Amino acid sequence: MKILVCISHVPDTTSKINFSADNSQFDTTGVQFVINPYDEFVLTRAMWFKEKQGASVTVASVGTASVEPTLRKALAIGADDAIRIDAEPTDGLMVAKHLAEVVKSEGFDLVLAGKESIDYNGGMVPGMLAELLGYNFVNACIGLEINENNAEAVREIDGGKETLNCILPLVAAGQKGIVEEKDLRIPNMRGIMMARKKPLKIVAASEAQPSSTTAKYEKPAAKGACKLVDAGNIDELISLLHNEAKVI
Amino acid sequence: MSVLVFADNSEGKFKKTAYEMVSFGKQIAKKAETSLVVVAINASEVDSLSAYGPDKILSIDDDRLSTFNAQAYAACIAQAAEKESATIVAIDSSNDGLYLAPILSVKLNAGFASNVVDFPVSLDPFTVKRKAFSSKGFNFTEIHTAIKLLGLAKNSIGLIEENSSPEKESFSPTLDDQMFNVTSKSIDKTTGTVTIADADVVVSGGRGLKGPENWGMIEELADVLGAATACSKPVSDMGWRPHSEHVGQTGKPVTSNLYIAIGISGAIQHLAGVNSSKVKVVVNNDPEAPFFKAADYGIVGDAFEVIPELTNKLKEFKSTL
Repeated sequence: MKILVCISHVPDTTSKINFSADNSQFDTTGVQFVINPYDEFVLTRAMWFKEKQGASVTVASVGTASVEPTLRKALAIGADDAIRIDAEPTDGLMVAKHLAEVVKSEGFDLVLAGKESIDYNGGMVPGMLAELLGYNFVNACIGLEINENNAEAVREIDGGKETLNCILPLVAAGQKGIVEEKDLRIPNMRGIMMARKKPLKIVAASEAQPSSTTAKYEKPAAKGACKLVDAGNIDELISLLHNEAKVI
Repeated sequence: MSVLVFADNSEGKFKKTAYEMVSFGKQIAKKAETSLVVVAINASEVDSLSAYGPDKILSIDDDRLSTFNAQAYAACIAQAAEKESATIVAIDSSNDGLYLAPILSVKLNAGFASNVVDFPVSLDPFTVKRKAFSSKGFNFTEIHTAIKLLGLAKNSIGLIEENSSPEKESFSPTLDDQMFNVTSKSIDKTTGTVTIADADVVVSGGRGLKGPENWGMIEELADVLGAATACSKPVSDMGWRPHSEHVGQTGKPVTSNLYIAIGISGAIQHLAGVNSSKVKVVVNNDPEAPFFKAADYGIVGDAFEVIPELTNKLKEFKSTL
């Protein structure tokens, strides 16, 4: 089985988010970039398939040279090789089109991606990629088993879960549950050393044009101070929630 | 041209989100001086949509669609959009909505903006405000394609009543077997409790609760408020509560009207998950807890004293309404 894991290079979850003075750019000053946490879950699942069932695992990312440390980390975790599609990712459809080219040229049976990236939270690339390729697609996977050409996926639904059957080729978008957080891999020294020697291929991007662009950014409005209510005066809290906030 | 929205239902009945979608579509249609078409699949009460202003309702009735299927649902909406020459299409941000939207986007060759939090800022260029960076920022997205696809974040605009007498039409899209390649084997729904996605009020507990045996008071408070229960990440990591209740950047986002955080200090990843909640109340015995900076109302105090009293007082208050 040939597995492709799509990797997003995103600000660390503890990052404070700031924009340039004119609000036209995301300000990356002092921001640490990491593998998108949702992608880390599916990468770990890919490692499981590789070790238990036999599979090759390629990681791919659309981005400039700045994403290479993130791809190297994925290699250190255990991926066999990496592909960087040389383009500035602007919108989801464009990223999906770039990735689709790679899948078509290399031929993967299973494409895994996080259900969304924690920067733009679009949640669109995996589904678009599946539709562009004509592959089956399961979103928000909290479980995935592959048996020969058959896949059984468990996805989150509002208020529960649903088990789905389908056949490969498949694009599956995962989240916590596809593996548990305690099972996530941390690169060890051997992995880091080996990652340096693993192939990282740079491919030119296709001519896909973005379907959308960012006009500007905005930070959420500054919050007013928290109104503190004395622990002995619960009635006041109820009155505030009813009369002022109008939420009860 | 027209504006088209998908009004999803659960076992035939529309949820509040469906009415919010119609409200959203109607206001955009008015701004664009065009009509609003609503698509419903296997819904039993389409007349109830009339309170929110649709000009036309397309009803699709097909047994093959009795269980949600992303490919087939996307095909239905795409064909409805083509039939009605829709230039703006909107869907909700439920798990099903987020599953079908990217497929629909490719089918319609439509630029897609998810997590939209307000009406379009401008129709030309077509610009919408959407949540980004896990609600730590907003992004104003300009969509350049002929058809625009929007995913509305829940509770962003609320319900806007506007009575209408819509034209009703039954519609039979062409569905081929290939669209049913992904088949549902079983559905396992938690019954009897309010889910975080549907809840207007969420009551959430953190490490300050000291152990899973103390969750009774969280559930009791949630019960009085008709609320869903939730928890912080460490609590789900320790196995006190299921992962499905974990609220935060990589857990569930909360878009409720009221979020009550009990014994949660407020790590940046947790706050990212609750930023979109309208009113936040925090109860914590540490006055330095970062959550107090993000909350609207706070009580510095012992949860084990404050929560039972709050529950009792709320019961009394509810009985007077």
